[in-house]
Amino acid sequence: MENPENVIEVRNLQIDFHTYAGEVKAIRDVSFDLRKGETLAIVGESGSGKSVTTRSLMGLLAPNAVIKNGSIMFHGEDIIKKSEKEMQHIRGKDIAMIFQDPMTSLDPTMRIGMQIAEPLMKHKGLKKKEAIAQALEMLKLVGITNPEGRINDYPYQFSGGMRQRIVIAIALVCYPEVLIADEPTTALDVTIQAQILDLMKDLQNRIDTSIIFITHDLGVVAGMADRVAVMYAGKIVEYGTVDEIFFNPQHPYTWGLLNSMPTLDTEGGSLTAIPGTPPDLLDPPVGDAFAARSDYAMKIDTEKEPPFFKVSDTHYAATWLLHPDAPKVTPPAEIVRRQKKFAAMEKPEPPIKKETKE
Amino acid sequence: MRKYLLKRIFYLFLTLFIVATATFFLMKLMPGTPLQNEAKLTPSEKASILAQYGLDKPVWLQYLIYIGGIFKGSLGLSFQFSDQAVSYLIGSRMGPSMQLGGQAMVVGVIFGIILGAVGAIRKDTWADRLATVVSILGIAVPSFVLAILLQYYLGLKLGWFPVAGWQGFVYSILPTLALAASPLAETARFIRTDMVDVLSSDYIELAKAKGLSKFGIVYHHALRNSLIPMVTLIGPLAAALMTGSMVVENIFSVPGIGEQFVKSILVNDYPTIMGVTIFYSALLCLLLLLTDIVYGIIDPRIRLSGNGD
Ligand SMILES: Nc1ncnc2c1ncn2[C@@H]1O[C@H](COP(=O)(O)OP(=O)(O)OP(=O)(O)O)[C@@H](O)[C@H]1O
Ligand SMILES: [Mg+2]
Repeated sequence: MENPENVIEVRNLQIDFHTYAGEVKAIRDVSFDLRKGETLAIVGESGSGKSVTTRSLMGLLAPNAVIKNGSIMFHGEDIIKKSEKEMQHIRGKDIAMIFQDPMTSLDPTMRIGMQIAEPLMKHKGLKKKEAIAQALEMLKLVGITNPEGRINDYPYQFSGGMRQRIVIAIALVCYPEVLIADEPTTALDVTIQAQILDLMKDLQNRIDTSIIFITHDLGVVAGMADRVAVMYAGKIVEYGTVDEIFFNPQHPYTWGLLNSMPTLDTEGGSLTAIPGTPPDLLDPPVGDAFAARSDYAMKIDTEKEPPFFKVSDTHYAATWLLHPDAPKVTPPAEIVRRQKKFAAMEKPEPPIKKETKE
Repeated sequence: MRKYLLKRIFYLFLTLFIVATATFFLMKLMPGTPLQNEAKLTPSEKASILAQYGLDKPVWLQYLIYIGGIFKGSLGLSFQFSDQAVSYLIGSRMGPSMQLGGQAMVVGVIFGIILGAVGAIRKDTWADRLATVVSILGIAVPSFVLAILLQYYLGLKLGWFPVAGWQGFVYSILPTLALAASPLAETARFIRTDMVDVLSSDYIELAKAKGLSKFGIVYHHALRNSLIPMVTLIGPLAAALMTGSMVVENIFSVPGIGEQFVKSILVNDYPTIMGVTIFYSALLCLLLLLTDIVYGIIDPRIRLSGNGD
């Protein structure tokens, strides 16, 4: 580990998928760290590689995936080099995962108590009875009312929000160091979403776990994450603290994402979707992959890939706009407004409460 | 539930009635008469025998008489076996048929599940292809061909098993194998398709994320979920076994209902043909009804969507 604060260090990860049409270059040189106890949000449009990145941490890539390059260091060892058997001892114990759709992610034929107990029996060698007893504790922890009465129920007897709580209980029952949540609230309605997010925050404090939180809903990120990584076309294009990404974004793609996000203080009519579609990853473009959709593209963007430019110690963005020789551009009005807010925040004041649905 | 059941039972009887009617008239279309040495009989002898069995009356009248008999609870008397009651005949021959059918079902379903599961787990590998070939063969090769092959090679050539007869368990092995082929193939095909689906579902993904081993995932999650819909296969499998038994019992000289049935057809033993047909239909209808009831009970449990609290 380069930094003892890090739980996971991903370096130069490159993943291709073999398909009949050719090699899909899904992850193209991705590096990031996950710090102890933090929540790292990975945001980006559909197909940007969020799920593939996190699945590689679990060793759960599709059979047609090839890891071309890179390393994923966890406890000083490279996960990529581990065998399936070794990964089975990590999954569910050290690194756990919550899935998107709680309606389909529980086994319909197994009592929920048993489903929660399973990881304990596998990883802690507990007998069924002890495991079920701990599962009961877990049910209480995730806020299922009358857990004694419900532990022998089947999934169909629970609502979507309750099921997601059960999925969370399964993921956290072994107190994992890392929790990967792949759009855990997308399938739920808004009020339930907020409850589930609160629950995750609460449990994170109790269990002391690091969370990788995947979403394409930036509104959720603000209340949830400590740091944000923005992905586009298989690359991370910008990363920084939540405040830096929300109020001082540098990459035109991040601008686009923020511009297309409704907020409480958005001035009327300034909501705009990013034009165009992401590039075909069978044949990714040279240079900055976002150039074709960007109003701020320069000649060099189509020729040479931008390196990461440092904005602050915690904030980096891969855009030529940050090159000292680049012409000064004015970001969209909404972004300028955010940057002004950020400048005010830079002064040692308590951070402004951001737009969350609390 | 009660109303549903009553309705189903009514339909069951309606079905049986239609089957009985259709069989009766079709049977009358078969060539020949129940008289065994017809050529030697004088016309008057013939007429008196036919009259004795009521066969001189017009067909519609015979039909009414037969149906009337059924409502009185009688399946009539057999022509060929010195006037034994058909119900007694079926009862006394039920043992071997049920034993064979049961054994074939158990062997077929168990090995079918294994074959289907292996195919699904090792999808698109040689193991999967082999399993597919086996199940296609099991469906395509008629049971009488398989029966004869088994009889010839394992019975006659190698002498491992008795060629025919019914004097203990070893005698049941070859006919069981011959009969089991079709349920085995059907089960394998069903389980493979079903399990491929199940294995790609979200809860299997979650099971993987729990760190369960391949075996644990299949054993604790995939298998159970694939087996539940198999309840619907019981009816078709039973039907396949019944038809299969007719040929297989004949080839191995098993004194079962199927053998009896084929003989009865050959000698135009009308009451026995009717009796066995009605008996088999009733059995099948009951199985289907039972299947539906069982499935209705477990269905809410396997529904993926739906709201609880
Ligand atoms: N098994 C696979 N075979 C081929 N291509 C794949 C496979 N899995 C993912 N991909 C491709 O990899 C890219 C990244 O996919 P990924 O699922 O990580 O996107 P995502 O960011 O999670 O999107 P979403 O928000 O829709 O979940 C996509 O272009 C996708 O088509
Ligand atoms: Mg995804």
